[in-house]
Amino acid sequence: MDFDLSPEQTQLKDGVDRLIAATYGSLDARQQLAREPLGFSETIWMRFAEMGLLGIPFSEEEGGFGGGPVETLVVMEALGKGLALEPYLATVVLGGGAVRLGGSAALKERVIPGVVEGEARLALAFTEAQSRYDLNDVATTARASGDGWVLDGAKCVVINGDGAGHLVISARTSGSRRDRDGISLFLVPADAPGVKIHGYATQDGGRAAEIALSGVAVTQADLIGKEGRGLPILERVAEFAIAALAAEAVGIMAALHGLTIEYLKTRQQFGGPIGQFQVLQHRAVDMLMALEQARSMAFYAAMMVDHADAAERSAALSAVKVQINRSCRLVGQEAVQLHGGIGMTMEYLGAHYFKRLTMIESLFGDTPHHLRRVGAAGGLAA
Amino acid sequence: MDLRFTPEELAFRDEVRSFFRTEIPAEIRRKVSEGRGLSREDMVTSQRIMNARGWAVPHWPLEWGGKDWSAIQRYIFTEEMLLAAVPLPLQFNCYMVGPVIAAFGNQAQKEKHLARIANLDEWWCQGFSEPGAGSDLASLKTKAVREGYHYVVNGQKTWTTLGQHADWIFCLVRTDPAAKKQAGISFILIDMKTPGITLRPIITLEGRHEVNEVFFDNVKVPVENLVGEENRGWDYAKFLLANERTGIARIGLSKERIARIKRLAKEMPAGEGVIWDDRDFRERLAEVEIELKALEITQMRVVAAQGKREDGKPDPASSILKIKGSQLQQATTELLLEVAGPFALAAPVRQTDLSNDWPFDHDWAGPAAASYFNNRKVSIYGGSNEIQKNIIAKAVLGL
Repeated sequence: MDFDLSPEQTQLKDGVDRLIAATYGSLDARQQLAREPLGFSETIWMRFAEMGLLGIPFSEEEGGFGGGPVETLVVMEALGKGLALEPYLATVVLGGGAVRLGGSAALKERVIPGVVEGEARLALAFTEAQSRYDLNDVATTARASGDGWVLDGAKCVVINGDGAGHLVISARTSGSRRDRDGISLFLVPADAPGVKIHGYATQDGGRAAEIALSGVAVTQADLIGKEGRGLPILERVAEFAIAALAAEAVGIMAALHGLTIEYLKTRQQFGGPIGQFQVLQHRAVDMLMALEQARSMAFYAAMMVDHADAAERSAALSAVKVQINRSCRLVGQEAVQLHGGIGMTMEYLGAHYFKRLTMIESLFGDTPHHLRRVGAAGGLAA
Repeated sequence: MDLRFTPEELAFRDEVRSFFRTEIPAEIRRKVSEGRGLSREDMVTSQRIMNARGWAVPHWPLEWGGKDWSAIQRYIFTEEMLLAAVPLPLQFNCYMVGPVIAAFGNQAQKEKHLARIANLDEWWCQGFSEPGAGSDLASLKTKAVREGYHYVVNGQKTWTTLGQHADWIFCLVRTDPAAKKQAGISFILIDMKTPGITLRPIITLEGRHEVNEVFFDNVKVPVENLVGEENRGWDYAKFLLANERTGIARIGLSKERIARIKRLAKEMPAGEGVIWDDRDFRERLAEVEIELKALEITQMRVVAAQGKREDGKPDPASSILKIKGSQLQQATTELLLEVAGPFALAAPVRQTDLSNDWPFDHDWAGPAAASYFNNRKVSIYGGSNEIQKNIIAKAVLGL
């Protein structure tokens, strides 16, 4: 039992912390980057590639660097602290995760080297108008046609869907809308005929897209995993996504808690710093407890995301998301409250942390969704 | 970073697990699990079995019976004890006065007391709180005036847990009334049989006799019973309270109770089936389990970091153990009360083991309310959770 980073992990952390500090040193710098056409800087993205960040989860045979969940945790925590806008989650964890976990050797060879080098960006299109957080709820169809399929349907809130060269799309090759079987995953070029992408800004300063699919032709070579067996891959990707978001949330909460403590020490009212008041002190401690409990669960996620027993793993990651969501809510709301009026302004960094924490709650399952899953599993393994 | 135990640690876990589950009488463990309370004899039996194995005081210095275990081994040991529903060795002996005597006592005190403390040949109780000194402990008024070879002690202590069984009491007393608050306090050992000591039971709300008031009326205490230096008692008390924090989150206890709640919920009829069928119930339980899992990892972080922190600052993670741990202990007793439902209403006739004279359909439910009532104390004692927050705000956040 050991919670220390290895020397290599420490080196990675120092490197990514330095990069984030240099590029996201101020809120102004970040907001400037957000106004780029794709909502992030392609220059910084290439710096990510040069540092090797984009190859972390891929094995050396796949063209990556063979990092594990702890390396991803280190990177995501740093990205959280900087409120980085680059599509790391969308490309490396989600789209890249689907290819890594489900793709054939040929498909990996086609996709992963480009991702690692920063040339290819991906997005995962799985949410639909009716699906909410249920990965198995897929109305988009993939109708067999000749050697391949034709996709029809619509995907919603595709994170960084307008900045990706390729989309990983879930579509139904058989069965009815909520069946677990019959879902297939396809890799589709964003500019394929019949794909219409409508990008927009998200509340947290990022980008997402609504994607319409109309008679989009795909081939056997574009299929990720086996036909009709896409759901287990999606579920694995979602587990990695929760682990990554947990680390990002911890990075944000630690930074936001730090800002709040600083404010309590400097803001003067009634002839002294407001941090002298016990009622505010106790709320700052409540924030600290929520942060530390979240940090523990981010570690737990890193430990459990490769756990062999699928049922235990699934319940564990749901438990992680419940705790992360709860902590995001408490730390975000309390930070705004303890800051008072300034916490309500667009010009204040803390407000942007709060907004991202709130959006994290709604990614890959909110609190009731995951509480239901843990309850249905009968709780956690001892 | 590796959150798993090593093969050696796993072997150690299996060894202590097997010891607790085979050597400590099942009847004692059943009483702990069911919240029925223990007799003096139960406590003595259990601790002596541990001491015979050399395991009553593993955290003490080696020469006085300690083990050179790592922080992780000590953690595993305590958690396995709680998971097996084995009563902790008497806290006042093993975690409070014993370590203080070992660290600050003189050779004569060590030789006189330590082995007997470890074997529970002497039962100790704690004389810290007073009617006017609770959270503000340093305002205590019980005074000890030096007269020749004795201190003459006058005053009153309260919340003295299991004082009715005690042979000795360790007390904080004021020896220098002129000094500022913390500076004039000494740590002394008093034989409970000394003339002038009166013990009065306090019956707590669940109806049991767990705590007491202790009155001192011109009690003569030999000066050799002073621990360390006169007027340095506050430092020793702080050392003691830091010791008390060992395993304060009681993760294993809450886990054991959750496992029991699950078993009972799967048996207790409700509607067309059993309580466990109710999705809402399982989600309420899951909420507690999730927070407990997070706290378990938090505790492991603290354990793994022990000895690695060089700046002497308190570990932010350690400071939340007491608050969260007590809240979760309370949450589990609430769930147990919920499972007991209407069957928690009957107040058991025998306070000793919370049993009844007549056949009762759900006899296990008898102690559920008592346990819920009694566990309200865990967020009050050892420095209330509000005091804990004051400490964290100051020591960790610098407010």
